[in-house]
Amino acid sequence: MSAETLRVEGLQTHFFTRAGVLKAVDGVSVAVGRGRVLGLVGESGSGKSVTGFSIMGLVDPPGRIVGGRILFQGRDIVGLPEGEMRRLRGSRIAMIFQDPMMTLNPVLRIDTQMIEAVRAHDDVSKAEARARSRDALGRVGIPSPDERLKAYPHQFSGGMRQRVAIAIALLHQPDLIIADEPTTALDVTIQGQILAEVQTLARETGTALVWITHDLAVVAGLADDIAVMYAGKVVEAGPVDRVLDRPIHPYTRGLIGSVPGRNRRGVPLAQIPGMTPSLLSLPPGCAFRGRCARADAACATMPELSPFGLDHLARCVHPHLEVMPG
Amino acid sequence: MSAAPLLALEHVSKRFVRAPDLAGKIAKVLGADVRTEIVRAVDDVSLTVAKGEVVGLVGESGCGKSTLGRVVAHIHKPTEGRVLWRGRDTAGLSGAEARDAALKIQMIFQDPFASLNPRMKVAEIIGEAPYVHGLADRRGLDAYVADVMRRVGLDPSYRQRYPHQFSGGQRQRIGIARALAVQPEFVVCDEAVAALDVSIQAQVLNLFMELRRELDLTYLFISHDLGVVEHLSDRVVIMYLGRVVETAPTEALFAEPAHPYTRGLLSAVPRLTSRKTAFRSVEGEIPSPLNPPPGCHFHPRCPHAMERCRIEAPVLKEVAPGRTAACHLHD
Ligand SMILES: Nc1ncnc2c1ncn2[C@@H]1O[C@H](COP(=O)(O)OP(=O)(O)OP(=O)(O)O)[C@@H](O)[C@H]1O
Ligand SMILES: Nc1ncnc2c1ncn2[C@@H]1O[C@H](COP(=O)(O)OP(=O)(O)OP(=O)(O)O)[C@@H](O)[C@H]1O
Ligand code: SF4
Ligand code: SF4
Ligand SMILES: [Mg+2]
Ligand SMILES: [Mg+2]
Repeated sequence: MSAETLRVEGLQTHFFTRAGVLKAVDGVSVAVGRGRVLGLVGESGSGKSVTGFSIMGLVDPPGRIVGGRILFQGRDIVGLPEGEMRRLRGSRIAMIFQDPMMTLNPVLRIDTQMIEAVRAHDDVSKAEARARSRDALGRVGIPSPDERLKAYPHQFSGGMRQRVAIAIALLHQPDLIIADEPTTALDVTIQGQILAEVQTLARETGTALVWITHDLAVVAGLADDIAVMYAGKVVEAGPVDRVLDRPIHPYTRGLIGSVPGRNRRGVPLAQIPGMTPSLLSLPPGCAFRGRCARADAACATMPELSPFGLDHLARCVHPHLEVMPG
Repeated sequence: MSAAPLLALEHVSKRFVRAPDLAGKIAKVLGADVRTEIVRAVDDVSLTVAKGEVVGLVGESGCGKSTLGRVVAHIHKPTEGRVLWRGRDTAGLSGAEARDAALKIQMIFQDPFASLNPRMKVAEIIGEAPYVHGLADRRGLDAYVADVMRRVGLDPSYRQRYPHQFSGGQRQRIGIARALAVQPEFVVCDEAVAALDVSIQAQVLNLFMELRRELDLTYLFISHDLGVVEHLSDRVVIMYLGRVVETAPTEALFAEPAHPYTRGLLSAVPRLTSRKTAFRSVEGEIPSPLNPPPGCHFHPRCPHAMERCRIEAPVLKEVAPGRTAACHLHD
């Protein structure tokens, strides 16, 4: 088996809307190895979730994968028949959705849903499936799992719903988990519990993780590598220390500069000027051009994702090469 | 005392009753011990918020923050206790006054997926209430909506789209725009910026602060992000399992937390500078709101728990000027 669990190459996922073609993901390449964690960060609306949906084979019309390859354990899974994809999903590849209600059915009790999820892929008795479900709830820090199993999703708080969705994703110890903002609804002590659980899974069963989040501090502590997205493309990628301490791309710098912890209390936070460009009418060239202090005529052609030192890539013609001031 | 606070909660409790389902009822008829489950989502909370103040509300997932926010925003009626708006009990307000209070207190919901009507276009979602309440007329509505959208960093050219065509963070901004569009005086922000990337988050937080300066807006700011809470709030309220366990001015709280739960929280905050962290599981047992432990609710997780903590619930009392905590260590 290949040591690389996931390799996405030149992925393009477009939405064919009435207003035009929206290139939500437009040439994304990322990879993550066994037991490793890739942090996927970036602008809101830049295509992180759509990248996740594409890997899961869950892009619905008017959206469509129009280009690129998604290699899961060496095999291209783009266009795999739905039956085969369904077998992978939930057992070998799991996704924790930004919206936990995408995992949970509002009209079914939690126990019904979890037992079904276990038995969809494993031939075990109901009693055993229930035991595994309650055990999974316990691991994500849901107290009184026995009683909670009998509840309906609306009877849970937002964060508890999210933990149930996480527990379902962990049920089959998948080889790849795509986690989309999984812990933003949780307090930091419970978040720590989940992250510890996930680290154990990565270490002991070699599960590879794609961790989509806005929380750069979580990425700092959890991930091996980071990819930063802007307007449907990866604009910077590399090992965590490199990207966080020596960000090359002006967008990455702007992003890190906005973290409240780096700003003095009470004064306005540093923000990137301007507004996210509409993906429906992207001008040619670097998509960050309208907001970038370094932009000039050279930026009018789209820069390639190019190497700057070992494993560190960025898409910019006027890269920052100095350490970011603290 | 000076003028009445803008908002006051007096001994507010909110309980949810979960009746047994059909199977449960049958089992009960057959003699099984099936009880109606009661969740004490909010348990005897008193709190005041002054005009123009930003109060941060922090606490464990499921501890009752959203429920408290909903009580403040008149979405839930408290099971017990009173909610005072400008010194008057909101339960006693009549038609026009009640509508006015409801309009002046807006809530930005935690869940941008569930809180937007999927069949309405963005322009309708944001523009409906301002139009109904006469804040914009038919001719000016389009420009009014576009202006609000721009303020929260949404491109107005998106206004004929439906919610499902937006990313999570974009939807959250629609919710923020909807709340701000009716020109409220008090905004309950329930995880309002959690779905946003930090640069857009900065933009929205700066907008909140600007509105506060310009319009004297008041906020109850519910968030798990302690960095954001520290940056924004004047005062912080910490909840645990339905109860308030600590309140303090922001700087004092972060400098020297008084309650063991608060200390645990602050020590678990991930930092941009710590790499390859070994995250820690919660020590002790996480108690359930269905069946809260006796005495101090935090005792199954508290490193300082004493015999007394298992029996007697600590009351919230002043531990320093302007600071309160509910913990026997402060006796
Ligand atoms: N069903 C759809 N129809 C049309 N456009 C869509 C659809 N789903 C997503 N998009 C668009 O695709 C782009 C990428 O969306 P995506 O959800 O991947 O963003 P994201 O990076 O996950 O953002 P966030 O951090 O806010 O969750 C957005 O501009 C969004 O408006
Ligand atoms: N409609 C409801 N019916 C029954 N129980 C409910 C209902 N709404 C909330 N609860 C329960 O009340 C408690 C408090 O929920 P609430 O949503 O206020 O928590 P929270 O502090 O906002 O949590 P989070 O940080 O996860 O959003 C939880 O135990 C929850 O399960
Ligand atoms: S390519 Fe030009 S516009 Fe784009 S980020 Fe680099 S300097 Fe800025
Ligand atoms: S009252 Fe006791 S158990 Fe509760 S926080 Fe204080 S020391 Fe810990
Ligand atoms: Mg997303
Ligand atoms: Mg909540």
